[in-house]
Amino acid sequence: MNAFLAQLLNGLDKGGAYALIALGLTLVFGTLGVVNFAHGALFMLGCFCAVTFRYLITIETVTIDPEKLSPWGTPLEVRTPLVQNWFGDFGAVLVDYSVPISLLLAVPAMLAIGIAIERGLIKHFYKRSHAEQILVTFGLAIVLQEIVKSFFGANPVPQPIPTDLRGAADIGAWLGMEVHALTYPWWRLVYLAFSLLVIGGVFAFLQFTTFGMVVRAGMADRETVGLMGIDIDRRFTIVFGLAAVVAGVAGVMYTPLLPPNYHLGMDFLVLSFVVVVVGGMGSLPGAVVAGFLLGILQSFASMTEVKSLIPGIDQVIIYLVAVVILLVRPRGLMGRRGVMES
Amino acid sequence: MTRFRLNRRNVLKGAGAGLVALSTPTIFTRGAWAQEFCNDPSKGKIIFGFNVPQTGSYAEEGLDELKGYELAVKHINGEGDGGMLKTLKPLALKGNGVLGRKVEYVTGDTQTNTDAARDGARRMIERDGAIMVTGSVTSGEAIAQQALCQEMGVIYMAGLTHSNDTTGKDKRRYGFRHFFNAYQSGVAIAPVLAKEYGTDRRAYHLTADYTWGWTQEESIKNATEALGWETVATVRTPLGLGDYSQYLTPVLNSGADVLILNHYGHDMVNSLPQAVQFGLRDRQANGKNFEIVVPMFSELMAVGAGEAVKGIIGTSNWQWSLEDEGTKAFTKSYGEAYGVPPSQAAHTGYVQTLLYADAVERAGTFYPPEVIKALEGFEFDGAGNGPTLYRDTDHQCFKEVLVVRGNENPTNRFDVLNVIGATSREEVTYDPSIFGGELGPYEPNKC
Amino acid sequence: MLSLSRKDLVSLVVFAAVVLTMPIWLSPFGAAYPGLMQKFAIYAIFAIGFNILFGLTGYLSFGHAAFLGVGSYTTVWSFKLLTMDILPAMVFAVIVAGVFALVIGYFSLRRTGIYFSILTLAFAQMSYSLAYSVLTPITNGETGLLLARGDPRYVDQIFGAQMNLAGLPQPTLIGNALGGYGGFYLCAVLLILCFYVSQKIFASPFGLALRGIKSNQTRMNYTGFNTKPYTLAAFVISGMFAGLAGALLSITDPLAGAERMKWTESGNVVLMTILGGVGTLFGPVVGAWLIKYFENIFSAINTNMLNSFLSFLPDGVQSFFVTVLSKFVGEGWHLTLGLLFVLIVVFLPGGIVEGVQRLVARFRGGGQRGKATSPQPAE
Repeated sequence: MNAFLAQLLNGLDKGGAYALIALGLTLVFGTLGVVNFAHGALFMLGCFCAVTFRYLITIETVTIDPEKLSPWGTPLEVRTPLVQNWFGDFGAVLVDYSVPISLLLAVPAMLAIGIAIERGLIKHFYKRSHAEQILVTFGLAIVLQEIVKSFFGANPVPQPIPTDLRGAADIGAWLGMEVHALTYPWWRLVYLAFSLLVIGGVFAFLQFTTFGMVVRAGMADRETVGLMGIDIDRRFTIVFGLAAVVAGVAGVMYTPLLPPNYHLGMDFLVLSFVVVVVGGMGSLPGAVVAGFLLGILQSFASMTEVKSLIPGIDQVIIYLVAVVILLVRPRGLMGRRGVMES
Repeated sequence: MTRFRLNRRNVLKGAGAGLVALSTPTIFTRGAWAQEFCNDPSKGKIIFGFNVPQTGSYAEEGLDELKGYELAVKHINGEGDGGMLKTLKPLALKGNGVLGRKVEYVTGDTQTNTDAARDGARRMIERDGAIMVTGSVTSGEAIAQQALCQEMGVIYMAGLTHSNDTTGKDKRRYGFRHFFNAYQSGVAIAPVLAKEYGTDRRAYHLTADYTWGWTQEESIKNATEALGWETVATVRTPLGLGDYSQYLTPVLNSGADVLILNHYGHDMVNSLPQAVQFGLRDRQANGKNFEIVVPMFSELMAVGAGEAVKGIIGTSNWQWSLEDEGTKAFTKSYGEAYGVPPSQAAHTGYVQTLLYADAVERAGTFYPPEVIKALEGFEFDGAGNGPTLYRDTDHQCFKEVLVVRGNENPTNRFDVLNVIGATSREEVTYDPSIFGGELGPYEPNKC
Repeated sequence: MLSLSRKDLVSLVVFAAVVLTMPIWLSPFGAAYPGLMQKFAIYAIFAIGFNILFGLTGYLSFGHAAFLGVGSYTTVWSFKLLTMDILPAMVFAVIVAGVFALVIGYFSLRRTGIYFSILTLAFAQMSYSLAYSVLTPITNGETGLLLARGDPRYVDQIFGAQMNLAGLPQPTLIGNALGGYGGFYLCAVLLILCFYVSQKIFASPFGLALRGIKSNQTRMNYTGFNTKPYTLAAFVISGMFAGLAGALLSITDPLAGAERMKWTESGNVVLMTILGGVGTLFGPVVGAWLIKYFENIFSAINTNMLNSFLSFLPDGVQSFFVTVLSKFVGEGWHLTLGLLFVLIVVFLPGGIVEGVQRLVARFRGGGQRGKATSPQPAE
């Protein structure tokens, strides 16, 4: 039972991440009609917003002590962090909480990046074939990751969890089980709550604002919305920016779980496409449901009991589920007719 | 220009004679002259081929290895401060190149992919005229290149490769490995584990689900069970998985008190911090502190794992903070050239290049069979690992294996691992027949 | 039956000449060595086959690498179990890849558009993951399937071929060893053959039907035309091309690794085809050559080479150029490739071949005639 609950939590946690990544992708699919192979790179850029923020606030004054030598023979560098010098304890807290605080940097930065990409490149490709959209966004993804590589190197850059949120919560004890019967890391709980919050926020935004209404109308029938004299292009720009922000903040909060490297986006690209398509093209709730479904099934498939029945099932579960769902339901879980079907 | 003319002749022949001609052009490339061998440098330049991942997930290690190679070429050619040329014993190199001529090199990107690695090696051999190819960050790359080089008759000096297969099941006459292997990691780490954690432990293995992971799991399992440890479970995890949570939660209440992560590179970078986040190390199990062991460490990856690596025990081929003369000389030249201390990838690349050059110098010829014989059974010292033997039966280096622990209080950002012990060469020596395999012939193919 | 239209015949002759003279015209580009020329020919076959599916029917498969891998594994197993002769190996590889494509195609083609793409991707990724792990007894996992001297090779045993070898056996064509250039000419001849087949398919009623499916499948269905067998046939044919390419990879270099089946390989052939020009005859070939060229030649340029290449410049200028250029070669070759993708798709819509044709047409028309008059080979 505990094992089952723990895997359910794992599944929800994974699902939250998958859903967040898929959400932006499906927004871009649904409204702009663009196959965005750079979406993984946007997630990666989000991760590196956290890295950059931490890098900035831990900038140190480096003085070289010519008297002493480092063990590998170069003059010894003496480092003093600036933030602590200037702000004292507050600076220390700032450094400790760098990951969540860097959301403040990530939101405007990702919005700007998203808008720049849409205005500079994507908007010229609305009327081009999907094949060309793939080529241009894939090229863009490569360029973005190479730029990151030239700044941060190819090695993963670990990001710490704030001290207060380290360790594991004893959920079992809350539920009246024995101590340590069911524990779960605090940060993963934070991530789950965060993903639900962002998903809820995006839905509320689309549901309760005029802007959201137009976007939803655009997803349903772009031409008519255009005919009604609504400047759909400007809204598309913002939608793309929004998608970039959602991918970016998903990345920021994921960094303590997965030390980011420049190549990370490619690893998430295929997965995010699978989630979106299983959810059904043009359906936001579909992407969210598919994210959680795949996350939970992936967790259960890795249990020893399941693996001993079907060897290797945990290797292929995501793809297997995708195949079964797409064969049973022609347009994924909640897909609409006619979107990306030709 | 001779190359060009040769090609054109092939073309004319091929186009003219149709299908029959398919095999004809090989007359030109597969000559039957004695002592003729692939890319004989006496007719041209001396080219070494450095083939490492420069893009993809392992680019950092590959690029560091490349720096080691470039430094080795400098030192062989008598530039810089000479590095290990001052400490290697015996040594025939004079610091004036190889056999009196300067060495040049070409580079390639393996993308951590066996096909790309072989493409790169073929380019170096066929186009650039490389007499020796070296470099790898995974065993897949190393074995693929070594098999190719055997076919082409060019010596391959492996870089980072830790699988038993490289000098076991898939060993080749033309392939040589300086790096240690999974079996040696198991033997080396066992006594330290017994000392640190006792002989009454219950271990849970998480293993990357591919050949390297399996060989390491088997090696560590045998070594720890010999200590009296019990193996609770061995669970396979898919390669390249980002989030290991679904494999970590079952560990918590499994009755185990040690988690052994048979993960390398990015698998380790992800799984180790996540294991720590799950509170494993804050726990008690069976009345003991829960411990995590990572049998195979790479310091660049340890940097990637951040704080999680503190206090974790593993093994390493070499470490820049060692105190012997060879290490100090190499660390100093590398530090002066690049401003940071070298990783074990840079070290093994550097040493492999020097060893090859030295073997040529001793053999007095580039003719591969003679060079191979000069390397086989070669006993040397001063390369940072104490007295070392290149065993003739499987081309594996035998030397001390270091046991390291993640540094609790690093004094600088490169001070990630502490050496806490070394298991002697005698203890990590094994019977080559346990892994099977066949080296193949000495006689070179004409590439 | 075997005849071609005059225009196609000219294309074929030009193409054959270009392919067979590769050792001459590639040498100024530093690419005239057997290893790379073999790859040029093999990946061109792969891309031509892919284009038969994607270019004609519009079905974008994201799992074609699976057939490449299956072809490779079949070939090495044929070497290990039967004979080192390449003819049976190629035949088996094409057949097995075809059967594999039939099964995957049968299921995947029940869906269209991106749903089809993801289905093929999922099948290929499953093949890759299993080949890397659970199926290691068949695939030799991470290390890749290699030949061994002790392989049974039952057919060779009967004829006493390749016995008493000191080293490993070599692939042969009816008893003749292939070697570097031999391997290249084999691949080149097969590439020309595949190009011819693709021309025939493009010009046939079958090809016309496939194009009909691309432009409007529903309308085709309404006219009482059953499109299923046509798309499935196209899928299987392109899978067989991939199988042949996989076989040639293992023939020129006897190793089969699981990485050949990974999605990045599938993505590569998609990029090659789009880059060169979807639905054009030459496009996929050009795309394949360009990507392979960057992968093999640009990645090998290091600062030493740049320095000696630019040594005619004054010192300061030289080091400036070397610093700038080194960002785009060697470890930075991906950056160049990414920029190339973006620039080509922005400035040459429809890929290189179509884009160039449009430019030429515009020049000829004095820049007055617009896109309407430009040739549209695919449609």
